[in-house]
Amino acid sequence: MHLILFFLFAGFCLAGAINLLLQTHPINSALSLIVVMTSLAVLYLLLGAEFLAIAQIIVYSGAVMVLFTFVVMLLNAGREERTLGSRAAARVGFPAVVVIFAVLATIVLHMQGIGSAHFGQGLSNAPGQSNLELLSQVLFHELLLPFEVTSVLILIAILGAVALAHVEGSKIPESGRTAEK
Amino acid sequence: MTILAFFLWSLAKVAVVTVVMLMGIAYTVLLERKLVGRIQNRWGPSRVGPFGLLQPLVDGAKSFLKEDLIPTAVYRPLYLLAPIISLGCALIAIAVIPFGAPGMGPHGFDLFEISNINVGLLVILGITSIGVYGIALAGWSSNNKYSLLGSLRSSAQLISYELALGLSLVGVVLRAGSLNLRTIVEQQSAYGFFSWNIFGGGQTLAFFIYLMAAFAETNRSPFDLPEAESELTGGYHTEYSSMKFAMFFMAEYGNMINVGCVATLLFLGGWTNPFGEMHLQSTLINVMMPLVWFVLKVLLFLCLYVWVRGTLPRFRYDQLMNFGWRYLLPLAILNIVATSLWLAWR
Repeated sequence: MHLILFFLFAGFCLAGAINLLLQTHPINSALSLIVVMTSLAVLYLLLGAEFLAIAQIIVYSGAVMVLFTFVVMLLNAGREERTLGSRAAARVGFPAVVVIFAVLATIVLHMQGIGSAHFGQGLSNAPGQSNLELLSQVLFHELLLPFEVTSVLILIAILGAVALAHVEGSKIPESGRTAEK
Repeated sequence: MTILAFFLWSLAKVAVVTVVMLMGIAYTVLLERKLVGRIQNRWGPSRVGPFGLLQPLVDGAKSFLKEDLIPTAVYRPLYLLAPIISLGCALIAIAVIPFGAPGMGPHGFDLFEISNINVGLLVILGITSIGVYGIALAGWSSNNKYSLLGSLRSSAQLISYELALGLSLVGVVLRAGSLNLRTIVEQQSAYGFFSWNIFGGGQTLAFFIYLMAAFAETNRSPFDLPEAESELTGGYHTEYSSMKFAMFFMAEYGNMINVGCVATLLFLGGWTNPFGEMHLQSTLINVMMPLVWFVLKVLLFLCLYVWVRGTLPRFRYDQLMNFGWRYLLPLAILNIVATSLWLAWR
């Protein structure tokens, strides 16, 4: 059962990824990316990482891709055009992708400890312990400092974005201020 | 229990819940029309059947029989996909909602919940965040400026209020220590309504934040900017007709029901009796009472929705954004901090 689901959603994932490259209209590419993200979430679920799967859907399929589609809609981006550069990129790109994939596969297969999760099993060894608890143990005990530093980093990035978007010296009226958001 | 029996039971549950949900949507529309009618000192629909009770069926038949117009300039694949995404997400969310006491079927099988997932609350939030695409794509693919403006407004509003909505639920999750909806309800079941999260649990502020964010999430007045008819003709569904329009309409009411269910589970003690545990001799009553309480609470919430719609005027767009980001979000964060401190010092 797990194997059938794996092949089904791995197939969706690959089909979405290939469609993403082949489509010429940006909105179709963005939607294919959503299919890829959501299929990945199902694969996480098959490996017993239910929290990660739902977080993938909320963060990537939900929040990030909505912003992608937003940008595509607002810019009203037209169809892509095939240029000399894009053809050259395709010629070089495909062999390069094959090489990188081969290297990655070799490394992953040779390393011990990676890929120890199995279909249909929980990630934790202790029964009754959800991987939400395990994850929070790691995040808020062992990796507390890096975690907090990352959140400060993200805050700085947000402030930076607001500062960049805010045009110097222009008095924004009360009604227009919401556009910063 | 064999896999086949499990599969058949689940299939039966899905079929029953879907039918009940669709009927619920139809009669929520009627409830709204009746109540708003009474608020505005008129009768509302009263001609079809006794008290107008057959009105939803006639409405459904009307939308099926109307001519299905597809404008020539639309981007067809997405134009057709958008209402499906909207309605699909509205109907899927009910799958993780427990609406009765646990394990009532044979072999301890959950009769009153389609699937008991240990991250159930997050699943609902995830489905809601996917539902945005229905509206966003509908507006864009219609190739109409009013539709696009409506869908942009709507998506911006949904993304903004999703934050406040999610954060308002964190306090409840902290108290229960679990994302499982059944655990959250059972944690509130000890002393009737004194142990509900809204009263004894001290999550009153969170409830009101959730309430307001939920109104915005379901595009209901006073936050119904995306379909403000005075500015945008019809918003994101301007170009839709017949059953495709009806699908958006059903999705809106389906989302209302979902939000009502979540509020009931998280703040109002779910299926538990507000007057404490009552164990009666009759098994039938013991099985049915939780269901009755659950439906009553959701119905109460829906009436609140209609009441607000009947009485409050619409926000302006900048007021809406200001309110979400400057008031609701900080208040929700404050609630999380206060709840964590209380739990740490207790």
